[in-house]
Amino acid sequence: MSGSGMRLTLNIWRQPAPDRPGAMATYHIEDISPDMSFLEMLDTLNERLIAEGEEPVAFDHDCREGICGACGLVINGRAHGPERTTTCQLHMRHFRDGDTIDIEPWRAGPFPVLRDLVVDRSALDRIIGAGGYITAPTGAAPEAHAQPVPKAAADTAFEYAACIGCGACVAACPNGSAMLFTAAKVVHLNSLPQGEPEREHRVLAMVEVMDEEAFGGCTHVGACADACPKGIPLAGIATLNREYLRATASGARPA
Amino acid sequence: MTETAGEPGRPPYHRFRTGEPVSDTRAPDGPVAERWNRRRFEAALVNPANRRGHTVIVVGTGLAGASAGATLAEQGYRVLQFCYSDSPRRAHSIAAQGGINAAKNYRNDGDSVRRLFYDTVKGGDFRARESNVHRLAEISVQIIDQCVAQGVPFAREYGGLLDTRSFGGVQVSRTFYARGQTGQQLLLGAYQALSRQIAAGQVEMHPRTEMLDLVVIDGRARGIVARNLLTGRIDTHLADAVVLATGGYGNVFFLSTNAKNSNATAIWRAHRRGAYFANPCFTQIHPTCIPRSGDHQSKLTLMSESLRNDGRIWVPARAGDTRPPAGIPEAERDYYLERMYPSFGNLVPRDIASRAAKNVCDEGRGVGPGGQGVYLDFADAIARLGRDAVRARYGNLFEMYERITAEDPYRVPMRIYPAIHYTMGGLWVDYDLMTTVPGLFAIGEANFSDHGANRLGASALMQGLADGYFILPATLGDYLARHPGPPVSGIPENHPAIEEAVFAVTDRLYALLSASGDRTPDSFHRELGQLLWDECGMARSEAGLRKALERIPELRAEFWDRVRVPGEGSALNQSLEKANRVSDYLELAELMCLDALHRTESCGGHFRTESQTEDGEARRDDEAFAYAAAWEFTSPGAPPVLHREALAFSDVHPTQRSYA
Amino acid sequence: MALATRTGPERPAPAAAPAAAARNRTATPGPHPRPPSLAARPGSSLRLLWRSTIGKKAVMAVSGLFLLLYLVLHMLGNLKIFFGPDDFNGYSHWLRTLGEPALHHEWFLWLLRFALAAAVVLHGVCAYQLSRRARTARPVRYAHRPRGSSYATRTMRWGGVIVALFVVWHILDLTTGTVNPHGEAGQPYQNVVASFSTWYGNVIYLTAVTAVGLHVRHGLFGAAQTLGVNSPRRQAALRRTSDVLAVALTAGFVSVPLAVITGVAE
Repeated sequence: MSGSGMRLTLNIWRQPAPDRPGAMATYHIEDISPDMSFLEMLDTLNERLIAEGEEPVAFDHDCREGICGACGLVINGRAHGPERTTTCQLHMRHFRDGDTIDIEPWRAGPFPVLRDLVVDRSALDRIIGAGGYITAPTGAAPEAHAQPVPKAAADTAFEYAACIGCGACVAACPNGSAMLFTAAKVVHLNSLPQGEPEREHRVLAMVEVMDEEAFGGCTHVGACADACPKGIPLAGIATLNREYLRATASGARPA
Repeated sequence: MTETAGEPGRPPYHRFRTGEPVSDTRAPDGPVAERWNRRRFEAALVNPANRRGHTVIVVGTGLAGASAGATLAEQGYRVLQFCYSDSPRRAHSIAAQGGINAAKNYRNDGDSVRRLFYDTVKGGDFRARESNVHRLAEISVQIIDQCVAQGVPFAREYGGLLDTRSFGGVQVSRTFYARGQTGQQLLLGAYQALSRQIAAGQVEMHPRTEMLDLVVIDGRARGIVARNLLTGRIDTHLADAVVLATGGYGNVFFLSTNAKNSNATAIWRAHRRGAYFANPCFTQIHPTCIPRSGDHQSKLTLMSESLRNDGRIWVPARAGDTRPPAGIPEAERDYYLERMYPSFGNLVPRDIASRAAKNVCDEGRGVGPGGQGVYLDFADAIARLGRDAVRARYGNLFEMYERITAEDPYRVPMRIYPAIHYTMGGLWVDYDLMTTVPGLFAIGEANFSDHGANRLGASALMQGLADGYFILPATLGDYLARHPGPPVSGIPENHPAIEEAVFAVTDRLYALLSASGDRTPDSFHRELGQLLWDECGMARSEAGLRKALERIPELRAEFWDRVRVPGEGSALNQSLEKANRVSDYLELAELMCLDALHRTESCGGHFRTESQTEDGEARRDDEAFAYAAAWEFTSPGAPPVLHREALAFSDVHPTQRSYA
Repeated sequence: MALATRTGPERPAPAAAPAAAARNRTATPGPHPRPPSLAARPGSSLRLLWRSTIGKKAVMAVSGLFLLLYLVLHMLGNLKIFFGPDDFNGYSHWLRTLGEPALHHEWFLWLLRFALAAAVVLHGVCAYQLSRRARTARPVRYAHRPRGSSYATRTMRWGGVIVALFVVWHILDLTTGTVNPHGEAGQPYQNVVASFSTWYGNVIYLTAVTAVGLHVRHGLFGAAQTLGVNSPRRQAALRRTSDVLAVALTAGFVSVPLAVITGVAE
């Protein structure tokens, strides 16, 4: 140990199981390199815990490139921490030697804690399953150039399709709302001519399931868009609302 | 017959037996361009009304798995699908950046199915099957249609038509892309199609569930044993066929561009149950990754190959030149790829670009900490196109680079270094994508079939989706129609094969949990990875491979003796998951090294230092090695049996690859 | 077969393991309990709206905009205080005769009052239901206070309650005259001056008007967002409009007690 790295105090939420109480536990860690990612810092802690015979801190992670959406921690009260990025792409150079860091799981009724920092986000999958797709059975597709898509529409679709489903929007929202997540998929698909035939059904069905999953409503705080590592715009929620009201007025029904 | 790849007295694994050759009996004869059509016509069909009675297990939800699951469900089969992530959307296909190839010829630049076929066979250094590759090229055009219909937001021109770009190893512009997130967008398309089937009840999705063994009954794959990662519960799931879409085994190296949890357990356990493992030494090293920053490094991050379209790769001409890049005048820089390969320049295939980077670093001309890096410089592109145009093309990649390294690539050249990225080897499959275990199919990166010894950029997405959307749904139906077998409900719960598989799984987990050692699973993984990178990485030598083959069994023994896994098996236990995967890597690594040792030629990503030209290029030996090596498992640590599948090249004649 | 413990003295007997292994188990690991379905099928569009969070927000937006329009007119009417008692009281009388002869005396006023009361009730009921929902959707606080959101945003709920309570006071004060020191029907000018001649009258009014301003500042932007008027291009302009209107409204209302305090109105 060179001892030249950063020393940190970590307060981490530890909870053994969904139905067991949890609490913050304090760990002191040293020799942290500023070039480490936040998760590599936790790896370092876990290696030590295992060596000491303690159970390591459980957290979801996978690609560590900021694209799979698996990771997500609330760091000092902010979803994904102080930078606008995913937790795996947050680097320790954004902290100072001697800092105390509070690390908590996503908090939302629809995201129950499974263990430590791992939560159940399957509600988001069910929202997609309700209508976050274009029905195009394999083999049925027309030639790709049969229908040009105006570049502006394609760009809008892409901007919203960039959502990684990490759930930071829900975690950051004081109402536990999934509106930004739902908006991202609705705007992506409803912007494209290919998404037109299911336009009304999509938004009604997705919002219905979003409500069934007990996410909160939107109060336009904007914390979701501030926390979003992919920069999904807050105005997307306005488009979602417009699509919803338009679909309702058209007489369409979710099912 | 016994062949010896080493002297007697060496550890037993150096000796392997050669068994009967294996042949791809499913590929039809006739002109290569007509084979897929013929196969589809000859395939037996399952009556749509009867499909509901067939259950298919699909393990994995990446491009191959998600597209297969969705398509099979659309056709009416009952699908049980598994992934270790909390959501099927997180599979590592999502991290693919650059693009997907398709022979659309929208650019009118001379592309065709035939050219894509040719480029891929040549790019694979003549170690892939012609039949498979041609089929892949044919299907490529359908994939783009399918994805556009699903709403994949590909990049478009102002006229509303699809944009393309060029990629390494080819001279046409056939790569479709969605900024630097093509894999994400294609996967989300497949995931959304799958989600629709899950909501409709056609697919029973099991997230956070990991396959730990294959159930083989009466010689047929009939199910899997899987562990619920949240509850630790071990369940047997039975079906009429099992499809493995579990990706590659690049994580055996510890440091790779794979997702942290990507693993080889499913294919390795299938191998242990009788599926041959083909060409395990064919691993791809991607030339443009961000160099490691220290010992804490947990994985490596890839920078899309598309950067080589506009970035110029160079190192100082003089070894030991430690001046900052801006201080090195043009005349003292060596744009070595442009110098050595004037016609392809910075766009040579991945294996060649990677090896060249290693060579200049070995000469002491590497840059950055530890000298393990080369420059990828955008100064010329920014001067030519303007900063905004460069930002439009690569903005997200530049941001990612800056985030990780704290260096601004608009001002300072990027530093890149090769890293393990993809594995061309995998389970041996026939033309129908079925392994040597009847009823067990392998698709996507999990199989070995289409990329030979080196994969071209933007071909993995193409292969995954071709397998999942179009090939498997056709060939699986043929299998089910011809081999109806007893229904799932007719298999007794206490069938000896099920009991044996469940016991094998629980026994292994107990062994891991009860070893009260002093080393973490990660420490073994790191040690194994370093050994493989040194001896079975970018350059492989007989001496090095022998050294590795001696060390791996020792390390494996030490693992079972000294590993420490805290916690319980009946709850979410990420250390247990990790240790279980490492235990498989410790067996797989041995087979990789043996395969690399036995293949004394160089080809594609497999570079044997003993087999090179005077210029240091790979020298193939088509006389001796124009075959796929399919290995049969015998028992742990014991020599496997080699089955050769001879490769015939009737349409693309093998030549020494030249990109000069 | 679950691996129950790591320290089990014995490994499971081979026969025991498969017996516990379920085949083709169909239950997925439990999703958390869901609230009763909000689905409205079949039913009218209004019913669908009322059942959904977005629909409730739309109800709040429309009712809020109606109340805001009323407030703007109310504020403009209040400014007549600067033109003396005759002008002000005449305006008050005119409101009672509005719509005649088609409408009977004060009918317009009562229609308006009913409409306003309905808007307030709808607005309040939706707000109450949505905030209860929000509490279950975010049951646990983080170790740090939320940051970044504006004061106006954070005070919407309590601000709304304050305004609602004020409305009661305001009616008792200046409509019925119950708590007004002057309290003469038909003499609104004198009633206003009397109310703002007391310290508590001013404190209550200024607190409430500040709450109204803050509520409008976030509420107008929120309504635009809810009704789908916002877009990335318009967002900054909408926020500016909300700010300007909130300030103008507050200033207009504050000018009345100010006029009384400074003696411009007496």
